[in-house]
Amino acid sequence: VSATNGLTIAVPRGALFDGTVDLLEALGVETSELRSNDRKLLFQDIGVITMRPSDVPTYVEAGAADLGITGKDVLLEQAAQRPGEGGREVYELLDLGFGRCTMVLASKDGPDPALAALRRLGVMRLATKYPRIAARHMEETGRQAEIVEVKGSVELAPLTGMVEAIVDLTATGTTLRENNLVIREEIVVCTARLIANRVSHKLKASAIDALLARLRELPEEARGRGAPERPERQSVG
Amino acid sequence: MIHPIPSGTRDVLPEETREVRAITDTLRGVFERHGCGEVYTPALEYESVLARADMADARPAYRVFDEAGAVLVLRSDMTVPIARVVATRYATSEPPLRFCYFAHCYRGVRPQRGQPRELLQAGIELIGAPAPHGTAEALTVLCHALDATGLKDYRIGLGDASLFPALMASLDVPDSARTSLLETLVLRDFVGLEQKLSEAGISGEAARLLIEVPQRRGGPEVLADTPAQADEAVTGLRQVHELLEPAVAERVIFDLGLVRNIGYYTGAVFDVYDPALGTPIGGGGRYDELVGRFGRSLPAVGFALGVDRLHIALAGEERGTGALLAQPHPEATVTARMAGTS
Repeated sequence: VSATNGLTIAVPRGALFDGTVDLLEALGVETSELRSNDRKLLFQDIGVITMRPSDVPTYVEAGAADLGITGKDVLLEQAAQRPGEGGREVYELLDLGFGRCTMVLASKDGPDPALAALRRLGVMRLATKYPRIAARHMEETGRQAEIVEVKGSVELAPLTGMVEAIVDLTATGTTLRENNLVIREEIVVCTARLIANRVSHKLKASAIDALLARLRELPEEARGRGAPERPERQSVG
Repeated sequence: MIHPIPSGTRDVLPEETREVRAITDTLRGVFERHGCGEVYTPALEYESVLARADMADARPAYRVFDEAGAVLVLRSDMTVPIARVVATRYATSEPPLRFCYFAHCYRGVRPQRGQPRELLQAGIELIGAPAPHGTAEALTVLCHALDATGLKDYRIGLGDASLFPALMASLDVPDSARTSLLETLVLRDFVGLEQKLSEAGISGEAARLLIEVPQRRGGPEVLADTPAQADEAVTGLRQVHELLEPAVAERVIFDLGLVRNIGYYTGAVFDVYDPALGTPIGGGGRYDELVGRFGRSLPAVGFALGVDRLHIALAGEERGTGALLAQPHPEATVTARMAGTS
């Protein structure tokens, strides 16, 4: 029996990659090729497929992978906003602890321009790579926002005056500080999560449970809690 | 000219229709042989009538007004309309009543494989069929029907909708926290479940049970040494299992965390899984209080299969390439064009 009990695991490239590979190695998976070949996507002999983090729930939901590892930020962004709306239907089995980041609302240092806009114009403009998380946060706090979706370098948006605030993921706050932005609100803390396909969770129950038990038994460092924080600016993939 | 149709709907052309028809004809034959008479009901119903049922996530999504200003909805399932039919048209008939249907239902879901907004459901409802015999009968019809279509590798996940609420009640979980915990379990967000338990101030043995019990699934051995708080539900499941013929019983996977996203289920609930599809093909359960809400109190059980999903699973099994069966393509030394870049 292979180290992953014959299961297929979707592994995220990018910021969570190292933590994930460390975890697989701690489980006894042969990871040297996975580490060295960053152009290969399918590692059939060890039951691993690699992809960008935001694609992990897609592959797991469809059953192309039994299990996957991705950030809570990705799961929140793809989750249903309201009952019945239909988000990605995957099971969240375990908080792996590594890749710890905080989703924050930030704006330019000094008097908060977002507050000023809200007071004078009744609405703040807000740039983000996470439009659904941002919209939900504004809705839950009873404020109106015009959400501007950008694909990269969110910090640029308030500096050019296009928006008054941003919602983004930060680990250390360095990038924010460098761009003269301050954190105004912390929305949610995000870590790496282990997710499962709904049908695999039943039909491959014993394999999944055995893997879960071994994951829970791993010492904290091996579960990635000792791994470095997620580097800045490497979030949604 | 290309004229669009709404997202989540589609046209079914003759080649596919022939295959779908073969499936529904087979199912109809089995349902009829088990004494289930086929019914049609209107696709449009009064919202106020369907609102008597607690549909939760499966509530109707499409509304229109009629000429008198009444709000009509497109039905989102067939169980609630049949409960209405029973109370209205069979108010004094001797139970049990057995019905089957083949009908399109409409849901505001995110369209994806096997999950359209207009979905063809095939199912049965056994009204006045109490547990455990009624449940065993429904499971038997379900397996006979799937066997008749030629589906090979399917399994039935069997749980009880009352188990987790009973567990919460007996472990003194505050009322205020129960709904949110149950919603979290419906999503099988076990990380969230753990967080919410600690937020609600539940710790120690109670928290351990509330996390561990719903993750139990497998053969009859999962019914052994369950906590006393789950006794009623577990006894019910055991009784159902004992009534099943061997060929049906061996399809069953007990799943103590099974909760369906429809609110009206009261007892045993089940889902149908096939390795050829990453989502359940169908499911059902007991709804002992639903018919009573329409004015005739009768215990009941039923199931619905998504005909399109069944079709996909059959095709997948045939090719040996269903979702969970898929072996990556042998030549797939696929290299990333721009691996890991955004």
